[in-house]
Amino acid sequence: MTIVAQDPPTPDRPRLRINWVRAAPWLYTIGLFLAWELLVVALSMPVTILPAPSRIFQAILQYWSPIWKNSLQTLFTTTLGFALAVVGGLAIGLFIGWSRTIYAGLYPLMIGFNAIPKVAVVPILVIWFGIGTIPAVITAFLISFFPIVVNVATGLATIEPETEDVLRALGARKIDIMLKVGVPRSMPYFFGSLKIAITLAFVGSVLSETAASNYGLGNMMSSAQSQFNVPLVFAGLLMLAVEGIAMYALMAWIERRMTGWAHRSTMSH
Amino acid sequence: MSHLVSIDDVDMRYGGADGTLAVSGLTMRVAKGEFAAVVGPSGCGKSTLMKLVTGLYIPQRGTVIVAGQQVTKPVSIVGMAFQNPTMLPWRTTLENVLLPLEIVEKHRHRLRANKKEYVEQAEHLLELVGLKGFGSKFPWQLSGGMQQRANLCRALIHEPDLLMLDEPFGALDAFTREELWCVIRDLHAAQGVTIVLVTHDLREASFLADKIFVMSARPGRILRERVVTFPRPRDLELMYEKDFNALVHELHGEIATARQAA
Repeated sequence: MTIVAQDPPTPDRPRLRINWVRAAPWLYTIGLFLAWELLVVALSMPVTILPAPSRIFQAILQYWSPIWKNSLQTLFTTTLGFALAVVGGLAIGLFIGWSRTIYAGLYPLMIGFNAIPKVAVVPILVIWFGIGTIPAVITAFLISFFPIVVNVATGLATIEPETEDVLRALGARKIDIMLKVGVPRSMPYFFGSLKIAITLAFVGSVLSETAASNYGLGNMMSSAQSQFNVPLVFAGLLMLAVEGIAMYALMAWIERRMTGWAHRSTMSH
Repeated sequence: MSHLVSIDDVDMRYGGADGTLAVSGLTMRVAKGEFAAVVGPSGCGKSTLMKLVTGLYIPQRGTVIVAGQQVTKPVSIVGMAFQNPTMLPWRTTLENVLLPLEIVEKHRHRLRANKKEYVEQAEHLLELVGLKGFGSKFPWQLSGGMQQRANLCRALIHEPDLLMLDEPFGALDAFTREELWCVIRDLHAAQGVTIVLVTHDLREASFLADKIFVMSARPGRILRERVVTFPRPRDLELMYEKDFNALVHELHGEIATARQAA
């Protein structure tokens, strides 16, 4: 028997393939900044009206220490308010979804409450708690808990009647149906609502910081604006956008991890 | 033979004093171990009948007696299956089948300690309906027919004396439906369970049942009670015999008359 020494077939060099779908968000962002830069140069915009992105990045470097500090502060108030909204929203959502009567009674109140512009609530919060971190946390909470409540309550309210019949005929109590069906069923709605809630929480905290605080990106931007430091205002906006995207991505990741089953099936089944 | 289900002169009205009268003067009896089918024009209160027997509704007039006791609250000796399989998508098929055991008073306290025994029982049922090895799959990984098989297992896991089926095969294609007819036929033979099947498919009723109740249009009551005498075990070939077709034809005529009377 002869053994023919054979070179293992050389594997094809993995060609450098660009995954355009993955690259798209970065390319589009870069594209936006380039277009912006060109527009500012072409129209020779004064920096006090619309600073070019290069000028904004320069401002970020120049004022890095206050920007970093205030960004952390805003992230802190937003996250805390959001965390309260998650706990409160989940609890109120489960409470509202529990019975038709509670749903009917509380829903209009919730709508009315949600319709109140939160900027009108901030002065009241200042009277109660003074300026600073607490009104910002509460405003973030107030503005972001509504979508969580509505989504959780919807998940509970849309249990298929057949499922309920099957379980009730077995002698299931309300609490059994809620725990076995209602709560797991509303989880996709709940995690879906977190993405909306977190972005709203930023709106709330920055709103309150702008109106009544000595810290945070909202306060930083409003004082920069009063000094006509427009690049710093835009730097603050950019930091907010970055924080918002990061938190949104985190929520989307949590959603996928927790309720994978809902993405592979239709809820109506 | 004792009656597992006796319904006597029952009226059931929805939505207060001047609501819709769903059934009126409904009287029927189903013996223990019997396979009964209920057919009728659509909207004749077949589903109301299901809910009356399971204790989800309490009638305004008349009595419903199941297993010697008047029904005043949900009776847990009943298993139910609907046209929509309503499997919970976050549970595996096996966990779905085990769900009633987490509810029924008799089993829920024993479940944790005797998990192994119950799982074996569930797997045995899954095997009976031809779902061996599918327990770990999620419902959305199964076809409609397979989900309906799992649904039957879920209805049977707590060993009910009575199985109530509300058009369970309505949404399936003709071949799958025939397959499941055989599954339910064999389950009935093997488990000795009493079955009440609500359906609008006359061939299904004639093939499976010992007794067929024909209901009138709303408000529903029993127009006729027919005993089906085809010997068991029945084969699908039965459906191509003359007697079978004559029975289906007669039933069809009766329901057509009932529809016209409405």
